[in-house]
Amino acid sequence: MAKFGSALFNRLVIIIPYAWLLFFFLIPFFIVIRISLSETAVAMPPYLPVFDLASGVGGFIDNIKQFSIDNYIWLTEDALYTKAYASSLWIAGVSTFLTLLIAYPVAYGMAQAPNTIRPTLLMLVILPFWTSFLIRVYAWIAILKPEGLFNQLLLTLGLIDQPLIILNTNWAIYIGIVYSYLPFMVLPIYSSLEKMDHSLTEAAQDLGCTPIRAFWRVTFPLSMPGVIAGCMLVFIPAVGEFVIPDLLGGSETLMIGKTLWNEFNANRDWPVSAAVATILLLILVVPIMFFQHAQAKADGEGR
Amino acid sequence: MKSLGSIRRSFAPWADPTSIPFIAVKNVTKKFGDFVAVDDLSLNIYPREFFALLGASGCGKSTLLRMLAGFEQPTSGEIVLDGQSLAGIPPYKRPVNMMFQSYALFPHMTVENNIAFGLKQDGMPKADIAERVDQMLKLVKLDKFAKRKPHQLSGGQRQRVALARSLAKRPKVLLLDEPLGALDKKLREETQFELMDLQQELGLTFVVVTHDQEEAMTMADRIAVMAHGKVVQVATPPEIYEAPNSRFVADFIGDVNIFDGTVSAVGNGTIEIATETGFTVRVASTEPPAVGAKAGFAVRPEKIRVGRDQPACAPLNAAQGEIWDIGYLGDMTVFHVKLKDGKVIKASSLNAVRAVEDPLGYDQEVWISFDENAGVVLKD
Repeated sequence: MAKFGSALFNRLVIIIPYAWLLFFFLIPFFIVIRISLSETAVAMPPYLPVFDLASGVGGFIDNIKQFSIDNYIWLTEDALYTKAYASSLWIAGVSTFLTLLIAYPVAYGMAQAPNTIRPTLLMLVILPFWTSFLIRVYAWIAILKPEGLFNQLLLTLGLIDQPLIILNTNWAIYIGIVYSYLPFMVLPIYSSLEKMDHSLTEAAQDLGCTPIRAFWRVTFPLSMPGVIAGCMLVFIPAVGEFVIPDLLGGSETLMIGKTLWNEFNANRDWPVSAAVATILLLILVVPIMFFQHAQAKADGEGR
Repeated sequence: MKSLGSIRRSFAPWADPTSIPFIAVKNVTKKFGDFVAVDDLSLNIYPREFFALLGASGCGKSTLLRMLAGFEQPTSGEIVLDGQSLAGIPPYKRPVNMMFQSYALFPHMTVENNIAFGLKQDGMPKADIAERVDQMLKLVKLDKFAKRKPHQLSGGQRQRVALARSLAKRPKVLLLDEPLGALDKKLREETQFELMDLQQELGLTFVVVTHDQEEAMTMADRIAVMAHGKVVQVATPPEIYEAPNSRFVADFIGDVNIFDGTVSAVGNGTIEIATETGFTVRVASTEPPAVGAKAGFAVRPEKIRVGRDQPACAPLNAAQGEIWDIGYLGDMTVFHVKLKDGKVIKASSLNAVRAVEDPLGYDQEVWISFDENAGVVLKD
């Protein structure tokens, strides 16, 4: 009886994540795909066909027949979308690279720090999460605007004689993304560096490596799982980022998150925005699968 | 191949005042904050010597090894290798290699690449590297495992990869930090002899750190017994065992019975000590202490005879007691004998025949006795 109970419990525990995925990912995703195959209508909801239980099986089949991939064709015909995707990938890529450049030394320093102060350093990395993300992004407007803190500092120091235009450029977006996503890069790199055996770098030095070579030949390759995890955690949300380009970026900034928002709210074109979202998801699934492959490999090596 | 014994028998450069030490540790002190890890330590290690640093954990032996490797710098004093001071020379420029206690194999590289790692750093031509790696793999009998990653190997195989990697660059000195610590007993004993053969074959100087006295005794030409950052005694294994220079060494190496007492007579090459246990010991002594001085007498269990009859030498070097405990170990039997004053001593006897008629039993009245040259005088 007890055994049966525990077997049942084990099944239930396994069902929970699958049920979660089913209700909060797969079902919404199919609704999005279904809308992306519909056409716009001035109605509520603003698309056709609408399924009605009263129309029976015949009505259902008629509705299915109305589905078309016109919206996807539309995405390829208007260069706006291709540009927005490309620009999003580019901005996310540059931001991820910049985040890595800053996060790696931070994580390395934390991993080298004495055991006693490591918890404090970890705390400091997580600390910004205690204030609202939106407020922190707004704060950057105050810092980066022409009469903002950053320009005032540079003017006072005499490094520039005219305010730099940073706000409403791509640089402001890079700064915003790097700042916002830094902890997501630092933490996985830190955890991969922290568990590394210190005698490995000593062994590399003993065998003739300078400390810098020992880092590139041993420490960095061994921290790759952390680097990959961090890059994915920054890159994936950065591609679809809406708040940062909307608040810090300029009118010429083209990012897919903003395009999607425009289609959905300004144009009230749900089917096109659903198609935009579906393509975005497909673009991101590839790196996610890459990420999972790397994770599985790292797990395999740990064993 | 010549057997080890024939080569070893004549190997004693430390006894020759004209021989030049290969490694000279000169008054080296290493402090970590207030803690003195190595305290004004001096040592000479000779070419082709298998030298063991033996001591309990925290005695400074590993710190000394790390100073030889270059991972720590002495706070004061100097280390000279082959006539060249090592002061300020970083680990990657020293002609020494180390085999780490954890082996420190690079987990992202195959066995082959682990061994080739140091050679690549030196910019050796590819063909030469391949040849050397092949040679090292054969040396440690791992030729079939070249393409494996470290996590696909057993503990003993990893140990051999670590050894091959540290030997690949043909270092002048190989430093070994607890090289056999992670192996099980059987494998450890086999590997001890493999290491000795390898050292002889390659003609290298080995410095090994260990806390296992049996390991040090088996492998080393000389042992330095360390305690509290200092060297207590440096000598060959037989000297360390048979002629410990202090109570600490006598007690640290092997089993020993120590009797405290006062020197009662000094004779021709021998002295007599009246022990607190109540009997008098006559023992050979080359540098006798003065009459009336406090002295200890140390004697190993295997040099004590246990018997029912009063020995001829009594009352000297003999005492009466009863059998308190018997430990049968197969190859020998250990007796714990309780003497008249309550002191329990250990005596062991070899089981040279399969069945003894009327063996000694519990609570039996016995005599213990030993020869004049069986034990040593401890002055401290």
